[in-house]
Amino acid sequence: MRDFKDNLLRGLLWLSAFLSVAVLLMIVGFIFYKGMGLISFEFIFGDYSPEGGGGIWPMIVTTVYTIVISLIIATPIGILAAVYLHEYAKQGRLVRIIRFATESLTGIPSIIYGLFGAVFFVTTLKLGMSIIAASLTLTIIVLPVIIRTTEESLKTVPASYREGSLALGNTKLQTLYKVILPSAMPGILSGIILSIGRIVGESAAIFLTAGTVAAMPESIFSSARTLTVHSYLVTQEAGDIELAAAVGIVLIVIILAINFSATYISKKLNKATNK
Amino acid sequence: MNRALKEHTKELVKQNETGKGISEMAQRGKGNAKIKVKDLNLFYGEKQALFGVSLDINEKEVTALIGPSGCGKSTFLRTLNRMNDLIDSVKITGDIIINDENIYTSSDVIKLRTKVGMVFQKPNLFPMSIYDNVAYGPRGQGIKNKKELDKIVEESLRGAAIWDEVKDRLKTSALGLSGGQQQRVCIARAIAMKPDVILMDEPTSALDPISTLKVEELITQMKEDFTIVIVTHNMQQAARISDKTAFFLNGEVVEYDETDNIFSTPKDQRTEDYVTGRFG
Amino acid sequence: MSIPTENKQTENIGKANKRKYFLESVSSKLFMICALLSVITLVLIIGFVFYKGSHPFVVGGYSFIDFLFGTDWVPSEDKFGIFPMIIASIYATIGALIIGVPIGLFTAIFLAEIASTRVAKIISPAIQLLAGIPSVLYGVFGLAIIVPFLQNTFGLAKGQSLIAVILVLAIMMLPTIVTVAETAIRAVPQSYREGSLALGVSHIGTIFRVIVPAAKSGIMTAVVLGLGRAIGETMAVILVAGNSLIVPTSLTDSIRPLTTNIALEMGYAAGTHQEMLFATGIVLFSFILILNFVLAKISAKGGN
Repeated sequence: MRDFKDNLLRGLLWLSAFLSVAVLLMIVGFIFYKGMGLISFEFIFGDYSPEGGGGIWPMIVTTVYTIVISLIIATPIGILAAVYLHEYAKQGRLVRIIRFATESLTGIPSIIYGLFGAVFFVTTLKLGMSIIAASLTLTIIVLPVIIRTTEESLKTVPASYREGSLALGNTKLQTLYKVILPSAMPGILSGIILSIGRIVGESAAIFLTAGTVAAMPESIFSSARTLTVHSYLVTQEAGDIELAAAVGIVLIVIILAINFSATYISKKLNKATNK
Repeated sequence: MNRALKEHTKELVKQNETGKGISEMAQRGKGNAKIKVKDLNLFYGEKQALFGVSLDINEKEVTALIGPSGCGKSTFLRTLNRMNDLIDSVKITGDIIINDENIYTSSDVIKLRTKVGMVFQKPNLFPMSIYDNVAYGPRGQGIKNKKELDKIVEESLRGAAIWDEVKDRLKTSALGLSGGQQQRVCIARAIAMKPDVILMDEPTSALDPISTLKVEELITQMKEDFTIVIVTHNMQQAARISDKTAFFLNGEVVEYDETDNIFSTPKDQRTEDYVTGRFG
Repeated sequence: MSIPTENKQTENIGKANKRKYFLESVSSKLFMICALLSVITLVLIIGFVFYKGSHPFVVGGYSFIDFLFGTDWVPSEDKFGIFPMIIASIYATIGALIIGVPIGLFTAIFLAEIASTRVAKIISPAIQLLAGIPSVLYGVFGLAIIVPFLQNTFGLAKGQSLIAVILVLAIMMLPTIVTVAETAIRAVPQSYREGSLALGVSHIGTIFRVIVPAAKSGIMTAVVLGLGRAIGETMAVILVAGNSLIVPTSLTDSIRPLTTNIALEMGYAAGTHQEMLFATGIVLFSFILILNFVLAKISAKGGN
């Protein structure tokens, strides 16, 4: 009887693993199979044309804009906030409140961020549906990610580095940028890269704050669409699965590139500090 | 009030009698009280860790702090360069006067730490080259001139008796050195700040016997230039290298005297029990 | 050996230190402001959503009960009832959990305990990568493959349905659950395994009686994270939900969950209509808080 139960469970384990892998392979396979036909130099670097047959260069540019702007804002704030929490603050009520807020921000679904962005950045601050409004919304979304990963990597910096530096008459600030941040760099970088992934994958919040204009953005105050929003819209409005899948290929390649560069960079940095 | 002060006064009187002026005496340095600690109490939150510690530490001598684990000797050492400031819950009462300045009423803790260097229990070099480690302190003080830095690094490494071992690999990572070498580079790093006082917190506890011997030799040489306060678990070490020894027990100084006296004719029964190995 | 003390240098230090202390206090304040920004944004977000969302009920005289339990959502006729959407969201989330959690958990166990190191080393990172794929693509896949499949197999007029949403969400949460749960299972000390095996318990028995309970808190985290991803998902769901404003009674009914309601109408809504979308946001928000709370309770109970 026990053998039977064991075998049944073992069978279920194999089946589940098989199902998971199969279905996930299917998704990637499907996207490549459907979209590969459209991929060409012209498709990636060409201008968009509403009649079809055009490229997705404007969406790539928009996506890059949102990544760059939100990281320019979120990275310093996030790192410094983590530094405050881990290196400066007295562990007390204020820190607990800040931690609670950061954790809560992580749990909020992106559509709520979108709602907030649509009213606060778009309407109240009069930025309009624009790349900048979307980027500011995305900044709030990735801020907790950067704070958390930075804090985690600050935890790995040995306390003896801090003591050693302070005992040599260095200030906390000098200690921070000369010893602590360099040692924590691999972790911080992986946090930033995670954030890029999050920004690239985000759709709902961008949809409500950047709008859907399918043209090359004139400035960061123009409305525009990112790759994910484009993929969504061509499916929803035109049912153009092939186009959506082709955009999907570009997205997957970007995600892969991000992941590999993350692994590469952290390996390289680890080597550099521990050689 | 305490023996050191009496001793000190006695010596001064003697010196005066033999015709040497006080000012001359001060210039020579040796034998002057460099650090004066008066009635020092330290609390970790509610818990008191040091009880009314008073002792004077003489200039250009090695003063050893001995006692069983948890007796407060390391805590005391860390009050001398205010490293305990890093812990939020620490409260301190009493006075510590170094170079005629009360270090807890003066707010310039940076200056204090440049004048009072520290070597830790485990070598704690940064993940940088040997050169950058030694130049770290001077650079923090704004010295950027390459020649000047080169000079400081060489002098400091020579001062820590490790120049010959590392001069060909100054630009390689300091973490590739052996433990004993790392600890001597840590000492060089402290010397590079040209401090008056160097605090050492069990500097040989992580080292093998040969490296320990080298560091001990170094310490005896260094007292020519520096006032050294060393915490040690190893009583033979205290006996070998120190001029004066303070015996700590449960946060109090039980006995403070010439090292020879502490080890040959201790006045307190507890000191005798400890140095003869009956407890601890 | 002699290192002379340079008095000149000492004086300079004294002057330079003033600047350092100044920088020190400025920087620590700046860092604190950065940290407080996350509190400020949280307060702003909650403040805005609640202020806007409560406006119709506090000032406009609408009944919150009617809003929660009303079955008609016709903004042009001033009817705002989100009951069908609440039910749709609950069903879709629970359905996705029922399918996604066991499969994800079993896959994690398989990778950590059964698969050879070589196999696990290929599959685990691949699944990790899939967690990073934009969720919209899961929706595209759902619309192109799952929806027609359901349509043909069950002879439906419209394949976009509750079950389609459940399947897409279940697939979407898989990578998250597998990755986090696998890490938790691998973190169980080897001694637990050896202790159980040494008592003559089979490998499978050891897994389910010792290892999984030991990794429970990590597994709960995996579920919470997967759930978070499912419940907040919007764009992928729009593609496969069908957006009918009815209280679903069968798995094949077309639905409109809370998130999609906001995304679909926010573009053109104004006045009370827009405020009602914020009210929908409040409900979604509370929904997530309650679910997290319940899950925390469950895991705490299991812990005793």
